[in-house]
Amino acid sequence: MTEILRRYGGEILELTVEHLWLTFAAMLFATLIAVPLGMWLTRRPRWARPVIGVANVLQTIPSLAMFGFLLPLPWLGTRAPRVAIIALTAYALLPILRNTYAGIRGIDPTLVSVAEAMGLTNRQRFFKVELPLAASFILAGLRTATVTCVGIATIAAAVGAGGLGEMIFRGVASVDNELVLAGAIPAALLALGCDAVLGAMERWFRVPGQGKPA
Amino acid sequence: MSAAIEFRKLGFATGAGQQLLDDISFTVEEGTTTVVLGRSGSGKTTLLRTVNRMIEPTSGDVLVRGKSVREGDVIALRRSIGYVIQETGLFPHMTIMQNVGLVLEVEGVARRERMLRSQDVMNAVGLEARTFGKRYPHQLSGGQRQRVGLARALAAEPSVLLMDEPFGALDPVTRSEMQDMMRELMTRMGKTVLLVTHDLDEALYLGDRVVLLRQGKLAANLGSREFLHSMNPEVEMFVRAFHRGEMNVAQERPA
Repeated sequence: MTEILRRYGGEILELTVEHLWLTFAAMLFATLIAVPLGMWLTRRPRWARPVIGVANVLQTIPSLAMFGFLLPLPWLGTRAPRVAIIALTAYALLPILRNTYAGIRGIDPTLVSVAEAMGLTNRQRFFKVELPLAASFILAGLRTATVTCVGIATIAAAVGAGGLGEMIFRGVASVDNELVLAGAIPAALLALGCDAVLGAMERWFRVPGQGKPA
Repeated sequence: MSAAIEFRKLGFATGAGQQLLDDISFTVEEGTTTVVLGRSGSGKTTLLRTVNRMIEPTSGDVLVRGKSVREGDVIALRRSIGYVIQETGLFPHMTIMQNVGLVLEVEGVARRERMLRSQDVMNAVGLEARTFGKRYPHQLSGGQRQRVGLARALAAEPSVLLMDEPFGALDPVTRSEMQDMMRELMTRMGKTVLLVTHDLDEALYLGDRVVLLRQGKLAANLGSREFLHSMNPEVEMFVRAFHRGEMNVAQERPA
């Protein structure tokens, strides 16, 4: 272990930063798309099935194939990190979208109606009642999406986007187990770390006296 | 005395054409309590919800303090009317103090002032603000939650209070405690109250007047003292049915 760190420490650090950057950028885009979209769908439930269906289909495309689809595209394909970020964004959409939608739809309609009867405007109702009540659900979706992205980002190295996957692929190619572990262990720790941090946030926002979000 | 709430030939039909309220006219005088009595499905809640415009009548009109609810701003109308429901509808993510002060908060009342007024109404409904203010709704008993619901409705000092089966979910002892408190409070504060219930005893105990609804129609509108002696066949039928129901419940109770 210390041997691995001594030999690859600098590189691991650099690739971890790259890995985090890919994940973070993708999560940012996915959140900016999926949270407002999920909220909009709660006001237009007719659209929920088709839209969530599309996100579902995206999710089922194998990651290597997804990278393969994106590579030949003109502007995108010229830069590997762009390809990786778009693909990761696509994977992150479903869990965030689904949880945002389900989180807001799952709020006791009595509470929404009481807020309305008390004279809260649409905006106040949303920010004071609906959003806080759905927050831990939305965060649970972000958590799932982030952990998935950290995992899939290792495969992004296959198209030359960098990240910890690079060491894994190189190790596999040169049958060097040490090199494989030098990429795999930090990648796993990164996923666990993200899970823990977002899990703590999710608990922080949990509504007192209510169970854990599904 | 002047009318605080006036129903004028009020009607409401669903989109499917079902007539839930039909040609209802009566007035609630300022500072009095009127109880709307009826069995489930008689249109009581629908009637109540036309007052704060949660339901738009399909015919006729509702006037609050002489002004049609359709005129003017619906948000301002709702903030000027206190609203209490059976399951209290307390927001689980807010402390008791936040729940009570919510209308004041959205009205832009400063924090300090809000706290003071919330404490006042909490004390008025018999809840020690210092003990309960920081707790969350799930940490309270049903009766305490109902007190908070009432405090919240009173916080913005509305002149009109709408109550939909406010004590329906409580055990009989807590229920009568709440009824006592309610009666004392209403006498002291002089609010206009429109309260919906299916409980005849509660109606007679709390109401100055009792309005009986049957299948969306106004069957009777009587002073609560006259109610039991009324020769109105609808009233007699309701009273008989109610007492028979009570007897059945009593018989079903294990010894």
